[in-house]
Amino acid sequence: MEENHILIAMVEDRPGVLQRIAGLFRKRNFNIDSITVGHSEKPGISRITLTVTGDLVILEQVMKQLNKIVEVLKVIELYKDNSVLRELALIKIKIENEANRSEIVSYINIFRGRIIDVSKNLIIVEITGDSSKVEAFINIVGSDKIKELARTGITAMGRGSSK
Amino acid sequence: MLMKGAEAIVKAMEREGVEVIFGIPGGASIPLYDAIYDCDIRHILTRHEQVAAHAADGFARASGKIGVCSATSGPGATNLVTGIANAYLDSVPIVAITGQVGRPFIGKDSFQEADTIGITMSVTKHNFQIMNIEEIPTVFKEAFMIAGTGRPGPVLIDIPKDIQELKGDFDFNGKVKIEGYRPTLKGNLNQIKKASELLVNAKRPIIFLGGGTILSGATDEVRKFARILGAPVVTSLMGKGAFPENDPLSLGVIGMHGRKAANYAISEADVIIGIGTRFSDRSLMGGVGNITCFAPNTKIIHVDIDPAEIGKNIKVDVPIVGDAKFVLNNLINVLKIKAQKDNEWIRKVKKYRKEFAPNMDYDNLPLKPQRVIKEIMSILSKDDIVTTEVGQCQMWAEHFLTRSKPRTFITSGGLGTMGFGFPAAIGAKVAKPENNVIDIAGDGSFLMTCQDLDTVVKEDIPVVIAILDNRFLGMVRQWQEIFYNKRYSSVNLGKVNFVKLAESFNAKGIKVTKPGEIAPAVKDAFKSGETTVIDIIVGNEDNIFPMVPPGNCLKDMMEG
Repeated sequence: MEENHILIAMVEDRPGVLQRIAGLFRKRNFNIDSITVGHSEKPGISRITLTVTGDLVILEQVMKQLNKIVEVLKVIELYKDNSVLRELALIKIKIENEANRSEIVSYINIFRGRIIDVSKNLIIVEITGDSSKVEAFINIVGSDKIKELARTGITAMGRGSSK
Repeated sequence: MLMKGAEAIVKAMEREGVEVIFGIPGGASIPLYDAIYDCDIRHILTRHEQVAAHAADGFARASGKIGVCSATSGPGATNLVTGIANAYLDSVPIVAITGQVGRPFIGKDSFQEADTIGITMSVTKHNFQIMNIEEIPTVFKEAFMIAGTGRPGPVLIDIPKDIQELKGDFDFNGKVKIEGYRPTLKGNLNQIKKASELLVNAKRPIIFLGGGTILSGATDEVRKFARILGAPVVTSLMGKGAFPENDPLSLGVIGMHGRKAANYAISEADVIIGIGTRFSDRSLMGGVGNITCFAPNTKIIHVDIDPAEIGKNIKVDVPIVGDAKFVLNNLINVLKIKAQKDNEWIRKVKKYRKEFAPNMDYDNLPLKPQRVIKEIMSILSKDDIVTTEVGQCQMWAEHFLTRSKPRTFITSGGLGTMGFGFPAAIGAKVAKPENNVIDIAGDGSFLMTCQDLDTVVKEDIPVVIAILDNRFLGMVRQWQEIFYNKRYSSVNLGKVNFVKLAESFNAKGIKVTKPGEIAPAVKDAFKSGETTVIDIIVGNEDNIFPMVPPGNCLKDMMEG
């Protein structure tokens, strides 16, 4: 069954690592939905969160092929019910009139977003949450009102001592 | 130790035991070649970088050591790519060294600049670009370690020209530890026990060997294992020679143009143990992803050092990740059975072996390829090395020639690179100067790298090239004949005078047209100690049969 899987790869922070990973997905025809990269708790080690669509056979291949990359130190799968998943979105929204403004602000409050910039008819909103929350906010505001959208993709961590 | 970067490169290679480098110098590797001028490593100048890479590949396959090739930046490096990709698909340990434009020129589309690291990333096991001069000793250690251990493969080192030229202070005694690289050698004992149970209870077991058994040096273990189990042995193209093909238990190569006995036997087996093979689409044909191609309830045991190979092409019942030699030794210890020499299964496969033995006794004119292979075989000793070009000539050699020792049949299995056989023969002859080396070639393939006749003559590397000359790109023509209504699109070659071609390079050339002339020609060529091109005129529309058409199960072979 095709499903969305979240993988964490701990990699050595060296030139070309991202190209190796991106190249692997293209070469093996794997489907990558999002990828986020940043420093980890260890200096010189980056943490990559990947979301991948595919059945379990594909997932196994993705993990094994990733592990073959010399700079990849570890690959683990995170399970949604036992992990914290977050995505951050910056959304620039057009404000048409006062009524519209208060409507948008009320949505922002409901979604626990923050207004981080205001100009005459534009505001920038920051929303953090899992992807479905970000999508729900985008839907309720309406894509015609959204002037610019920047999403980070999922970053994730296992709860408690689960890895 | 204070020295130039180029000198450090040479020293690092000497410390790895490199005996020979195949390569061509150029603008971005002149400093390196200045250091090579003074060193004890033999450098063999080829006439094309593809040949350098294939020769390093042939050297590695014949010797079991790591082959080394070198090219300059830009076009030198891109010309190596085919050879590197070839080594990658056949898991051959080579280290390729490329010059790069100086660091200040990188990224500026400078003269002869190419993104060699980016270009070779997907066809190397790993690649390095040396951007700090002090890294030279560790990068070389890591490169040779990665190339030669685990599942072997090509590693490329890209070195900017200014790094070769600069002086640096080097520590050659540093330890290397690559945290993200830990090949599994020993198989899991529980899995090995499970495999042993399946094998003990099997009614129709079969052993399927790939090139990994040769890479692992497990041929003695394989023999022992086959004896204890009393099971027939088949191989992939890459596994040819892993088990003596003249042994009564050997059924030969399976696959698209495999032996009938082998294809039938693996299709009827109830337990298949695949060792050091990736169950490739050319070996299993329609059997990749289609279990109905095998006997009902067939169980598959898969032993491979690369965990990613397990479950990639075929669903496996008992996976064992580990080196073939380790795993086989364990299996031999665990297996507590006494081989039955005379059960129903053994009788059946022995009958197949006899019944489907290929006919090679043709006296026809023009010559039949079967006859050519038969005559060549009559001259070969078990230590002589056969390389092949790619296409019909390769499949004729695969099907009709028998080999009894590992590393004596060298062919481009995965990438199917035309032009491979002659350069591979060069590498093999350099590795094993005391053995005869013959390239079983087609005219189309040989024409792709024949310029290196100059190399072998100048460097005194005598090899024999036996061309099955049919004036066609024969394999494509065969497909066009069978599947495309004989519409021969772009497959005609000219009548090349290969004798004159050889002579123009100061090599020997012989033309052969009749049965009985081939064996003496090969014998004389071996004896002469000179590179000899034997132009063997065969029928131009001969086909290689049996053939498993694409998508078919192995048992559904097409006959001529």
